[in-house]
Amino acid sequence: MFEQSLQMLPPHGQAIGMEMVGTEGRVVMVKVPYAEHLVGDPDTGIIHGGVITATLDNASGWAVRCHEQYQEGQSMATLDIRIDYMRPAEPHQDLLVNAECYKLTANIAIVRAQAHQGNLADPIATSVAAFMLGTPNVPREAVE
Amino acid sequence: MKILEKLRNEGRAEDMQALVEHIPYARFLGIEVDRKGSEITTVLPFKPDLVGNTMLPAIHGGVIGAFLEITSVIQLLYDTSCERLPKTVDISIDYLRSGKPLDLYGRAVVTRQGRRVANVRAEIWQEEKAKPVAASHGHFLLTPV
Repeated sequence: MFEQSLQMLPPHGQAIGMEMVGTEGRVVMVKVPYAEHLVGDPDTGIIHGGVITATLDNASGWAVRCHEQYQEGQSMATLDIRIDYMRPAEPHQDLLVNAECYKLTANIAIVRAQAHQGNLADPIATSVAAFMLGTPNVPREAVE
Repeated sequence: MKILEKLRNEGRAEDMQALVEHIPYARFLGIEVDRKGSEITTVLPFKPDLVGNTMLPAIHGGVIGAFLEITSVIQLLYDTSCERLPKTVDISIDYLRSGKPLDLYGRAVVTRQGRRVANVRAEIWQEEKAKPVAASHGHFLLTPV
């Protein structure tokens, strides 16, 4: 299932260097290696919050697919995500994200995720996201 | 020298385009700032790198989040004088429509500004402003000059 997800690494995931590290039960682990173009504050070299948002969002979506009740091929869309930033990321260190889908119903999936740099007890940011399942996933031209 | 201080010294404190060009990730996304008087509109020209769903296709939710956050920060920096870039405390994003492979536009409003924390709402759209793609509200920590 996840080899397939890896092939589906979205263009923006590739653009920021996102990698799937692996899974453990319902937990999906994702890595973004530190890179200069991801910096948000040139004074400090700290990566931009937007990179953290993109990674949390992406990892959360993968976590839904990792839930045992998820039906392969079911499409989904992010309804909302709330991110709390705990501390600045350390410059020159990789960004890691653990995401877990802790509730999945017929229509909705709820995922929590932590962004960290190796120590889960000292996260950079945490998030909660809700996804709508079974949304249309056919090319726009086909619909219009 | 710190970028905000540098821009202030050059008399370009209000030049938000110069600011986004100093932020590597904003430059990488390709964010532009359009200012007409005191009205600021951020622009994110579409490029294939921004896609999250190749099937639809749709712009990546993370890009949308980042654009909302940058739009909020730019408005905040335009409205206030800060020593350093504001730090995001939290941001809550509602995804309202999928982002088509078209340019995105953003506007933000500082709903409340305290001494240390500001509340900012932002909204982004594509063809019609009345049909927003996403909306956010966030809290930002300020470092007044």
